[in-house]
Amino acid sequence: MSQPTQTPQHPGVIPRPPFIEPGHTFETVTDQIGAIVLDQGVRRGWLIGFAIAFSLLMLLMVALTNLVATGIGIWGINIPVAWGFDIVNFVWWIGIGHAGTLISAILLLLRQQWRTSINRFAEAMTLFAVACAGIFPVAHLGRPWLAYWLFPYPNAMAMWPNFRSPLVWDVFAVSTYATVSFMFWFVGLIPDLATLRDRSPSRVGRFVYGMLAMGWRGSALHWHRYETAYLLLAGLSTPLVVSVHTIVSYDFAVSLIPGWHTTIFPPYFVAGAIYAGFAMVLTLAIPLRWYYDLEDFITMRHLDNMARVMLATGLVVAYGYMMEAFCAWYSASTYEEFMMTNRFFGPYNKLYWALIFCNVVAPQLMWFKKFRLSLGWLFLMSIIVSIGMWLERYIIIVVSLHRDFLPSSWGMYTGSIWDWATFLGTIGLFSSLLFLFIRFLPMISIFEMRTMVPEAKVEGEHGGGGH
Amino acid sequence: MKRAPLHGVMAEFDNPTALVVAITKARAAGYRVMDAYSPFPIEEVSEALHIHDRVLPALVFLGGLAGCIGGFALATWTSVIDYPINVGGRPLFSWPSFLPVTFETTVLVAAATCVLGLLALNGLPMPYHPVFNVPQFALATREKFFLCIEATDPRFDREETRRFLETLEPLSVAEVED
Repeated sequence: MSQPTQTPQHPGVIPRPPFIEPGHTFETVTDQIGAIVLDQGVRRGWLIGFAIAFSLLMLLMVALTNLVATGIGIWGINIPVAWGFDIVNFVWWIGIGHAGTLISAILLLLRQQWRTSINRFAEAMTLFAVACAGIFPVAHLGRPWLAYWLFPYPNAMAMWPNFRSPLVWDVFAVSTYATVSFMFWFVGLIPDLATLRDRSPSRVGRFVYGMLAMGWRGSALHWHRYETAYLLLAGLSTPLVVSVHTIVSYDFAVSLIPGWHTTIFPPYFVAGAIYAGFAMVLTLAIPLRWYYDLEDFITMRHLDNMARVMLATGLVVAYGYMMEAFCAWYSASTYEEFMMTNRFFGPYNKLYWALIFCNVVAPQLMWFKKFRLSLGWLFLMSIIVSIGMWLERYIIIVVSLHRDFLPSSWGMYTGSIWDWATFLGTIGLFSSLLFLFIRFLPMISIFEMRTMVPEAKVEGEHGGGGH
Repeated sequence: MKRAPLHGVMAEFDNPTALVVAITKARAAGYRVMDAYSPFPIEEVSEALHIHDRVLPALVFLGGLAGCIGGFALATWTSVIDYPINVGGRPLFSWPSFLPVTFETTVLVAAATCVLGLLALNGLPMPYHPVFNVPQFALATREKFFLCIEATDPRFDREETRRFLETLEPLSVAEVED
């Protein structure tokens, strides 16, 4: 797990910057990350941020209350566009979550050590994004109080869900994803909760963190099983995360609507999800490392790596757009061809070209080191990609639905003020949870950062050598 | 004067290398019932202690198998037997469409088994444990490394084990009251 921060240097080879700045010990790593939770108290900037986030969360409460009280007519959806902001936002949020699992599971299995300082808050981001995503399909049911009908349980109606429907697959995929992500995140937290328990200056802190840590004491046998469990969970989460957005894409691909009925959707959705997720990780990491002085742990090399992943997945997404256009032409189907022409030149064409600019054109700047190593550009780029990915889902859902087969049933769609309120509200929910997380839990995995300290390596004949 | 019964004697070390050296020497001296405590997982410590625990992967496999069979059985039984819907004469046992749900239940049950199994095998939650009686032990979750030779070891002797641990150049040695 450990790697010396100063690798032996060969003449003429420029050493790569380390993943943790030199000079750190077990104590400094523990204390610096722990202090954010234990010693800094409520800071002004945090309070202002939380106040804004909480206000937006209250907006969500108002929007959802009105939805339940008045009905789904307050949204802009109607026939033919029966899926609007709600499903756009659902797919957008759940996609954002994917980067967290990618960082925590797939990069762990690939032994990418740079994941260590970003995995904890990326996993938290996943959980909170999935929480936001879950609101939309349930609210969209029209009678959200009957949402439990989606689950298979013996009932007085003697009915079962239709297991041939992608919408039922979706229920299983999203609920499994939320549960497994939570367990993965919590297992990762246990040793750090024990650290907080032992370091907390207050009685309440010792009690609460103590209860959550469940008596973790760092026994060698426990660690041995812990590492096994962590790897197993990573191994389980890896296919899971791929399955989730694949199944989300089936919601579309299994139907017959032009623009939805296409086999490229699963890989293209998964790549898009990772793309959007890394953008969100950057959006969060750049201000966080600045505000909490975490530059030693989340180094420029981390940001550089994330920018590269963004560029790579962005190219896959660009390939997806090309293939959509190619298949529409190659299919020789009137409806498919019209769908593409309608995207290029139809009433929503400005959104389509904005999408191409955000997701395909602008990110090409990431090829240049100058932009990857500039915090301002990187932050701007992450916002552009997040907007681009939202537009992508808007194009896929709204533009495909508004003109499908019969011109007599064409229509136009715009989100109502309540659509916007719900969307902004979930941003409030997401950021409120994030602010609370940063305040009360260590946002960087402390015990994993300890393994990055040079001293962590067992030396001499007792060392494992090539581990 | 009768003294309180002991859980063991515990030595404190400054770095993982010292801990691994101490474990190796303790095993060479014939001690077998001991546990090491560290602020992060150290592969060499597990090796030095000869820890071979392969129960969890087996449990997770069984959990995954149960989830897989359970998920597929649920979809099959509901769609074919209990609530068959004839859609244009299409086959009721349309097993490929049951696979996404089967996959999800497999992962769900396997992951839940993994987490609950980890806690159960480690005996957690366990808010009280004798090692917490040692004041320095609070540092086991921060920067220090501990080796505890437990009183159930056949070779354990309160005075002798203590003297032995002191020869290993620890930062401190403490008796762990039960």
